[in-house]
Amino acid sequence: MTVHPLSGPAPGYDDPYEAAGIRLLTGRRTGLDEHLARHGVLPLPWSGRGGGDERLISAVELSGLTGRGGAAFPTGRKMRAVADGKGFPVVVANGMESEPASRKDATLLDDAPHLVLDGAAVAAAAVGANTVHLCLARPRLLQAERMRRCVDERLRRGLDRINVRIQQLPHHYVSSEESALVRWLNGGDARPAATPPRPFEKGVRGQPTLVANVETLAHLALIARYGPGWFRRVGHPDAPGTALLTVTGAVRRPGVHEVPMGRSLGSVLETAGGATAPLSALLVGGFFGSWLPAGPALSVPFTRADLAQLGAGPGAGVVVALPKDACGLAETARILNHLAANSAQQCGPCRFGLPAVARDFTALAEGRPEKDLWARLRSRIELLPGRGACRHPDGASRLAATALSVFAADAHIHMTGHPCDAFHGSAVLNIPQAHVPGPDEWR
Amino acid sequence: MTISSLLRIDRIACDGHGLCADLLPELITLDEWGYPVIPLSVVPHELERHARRAVAACPVLALRLDSTAHGVRRGG
Ligand SMILES: Cc1cc2nc3c(=O)[nH]c(=O)nc-3n(C[C@H](O)[C@H](O)[C@H](O)COP(=O)(O)O)c2cc1C
Repeated sequence: MTVHPLSGPAPGYDDPYEAAGIRLLTGRRTGLDEHLARHGVLPLPWSGRGGGDERLISAVELSGLTGRGGAAFPTGRKMRAVADGKGFPVVVANGMESEPASRKDATLLDDAPHLVLDGAAVAAAAVGANTVHLCLARPRLLQAERMRRCVDERLRRGLDRINVRIQQLPHHYVSSEESALVRWLNGGDARPAATPPRPFEKGVRGQPTLVANVETLAHLALIARYGPGWFRRVGHPDAPGTALLTVTGAVRRPGVHEVPMGRSLGSVLETAGGATAPLSALLVGGFFGSWLPAGPALSVPFTRADLAQLGAGPGAGVVVALPKDACGLAETARILNHLAANSAQQCGPCRFGLPAVARDFTALAEGRPEKDLWARLRSRIELLPGRGACRHPDGASRLAATALSVFAADAHIHMTGHPCDAFHGSAVLNIPQAHVPGPDEWR
Repeated sequence: MTISSLLRIDRIACDGHGLCADLLPELITLDEWGYPVIPLSVVPHELERHARRAVAACPVLALRLDSTAHGVRRGG
């Protein structure tokens, strides 16, 4: 099957997946033959040496695709900046998924590895790169092994003109931040680097570097085939396409669900089978996401702009439903302790501010109100953002600040020295053992 | 268009010595651990000389004065 660039015969509404608004996740592992039967060979006639591809970049701009790795930045614009940079561009595929509450990238790499690899080839063609580094978390050995086999199979069949290198990096919360990936690929620690220059200006080997999340790449694979118009058929005009969301907590079918962008948070929960208990709040974005009160949140469309109005963002596509009988302050304290332990220990806010906030928050959650705790905690939280090399402290600050406002009533009870009843209940969020990485654990 | 200077800190290099806040209290304060807080990084013309002194005084060369908008956040 030959597919013409940007105008291939798109799956029609008779296609059961397309009809259901599902584009990436078919629910089972798709091998290369099935992948090619469904989508055809990736049409990249523009793939030449050197120089980006204007047609492809404009198509991505028109599609309105935004990054699915956290910041929701327009992918086309980032590609253009890289293609316009000085030097020989490099592509970095971010498959690290260090967010403990997220499973979407692992699920995608399991189900549709060839969409991700196609997307890597599209990104390379768009910016004029011939090397793609696929960054994976080192402990996930099976994942790397599977991806390596997929890359080899494509090579044997002569499908790729690019060089895809599987890279296995230390797995800590911040080792997946883009400047940390670049620093590690350049032979250093997988710890965030001081910017500017940012990776798009000067990244791997000093070259302009496009860092993109693996889900973002999978969408690119389809945009290159079926065009921006097709991409926009699903989703919201301001936030087109689908997104992979990890929905957990008090829902009937916790897991990764592909959802058209712009659905309400309530409908996102319905996709996951609906709530199993009355809810008090939703955690949106991930460990450095925002708490939203369940009532008003349910009607909010899942788009960057709509969430921003409530002080939230799509983040890594995590939605956690917190039941009324859980304690949001206790959950938050545990997340903050994890974020504090998992920082790179490089900048003032992460060396001192964040651990202090985590300690204060723990005192609050446990109902140990020291003198001035409330005022001190508030001012420490406010001083975190914008003062680190990366946005780790910013994320932690947002989580803590939204917790204090959403769980304000509980906080007052805790401040009188009595944790709320829910404090003694079992935790909703699964938080990995906090392990402070040693100085030699970043390479 | 007037080009104004921007204060930039390499947050990784910064060790919280705090000399910058001594020399440029109008723009820089310190948090409780001695690390700089800079609510506004645009340096007004009349403070430019003080800003240069603060830059020169930083023992770890973490403070910089940029005269262009280079480095304004862009990209995801
Ligand atoms: C502390 C921290 C951790 C991050 N972890 C990830 C991650 O695990 N995966 C990811 O794709 N992006 C992560 N990001 C965002 C990346 O820096 C980068 O913006 C992203 O990979 C760009 O891809 P996108 O434009 O496709 O979203 C992280 C950012 C920060 C500040």
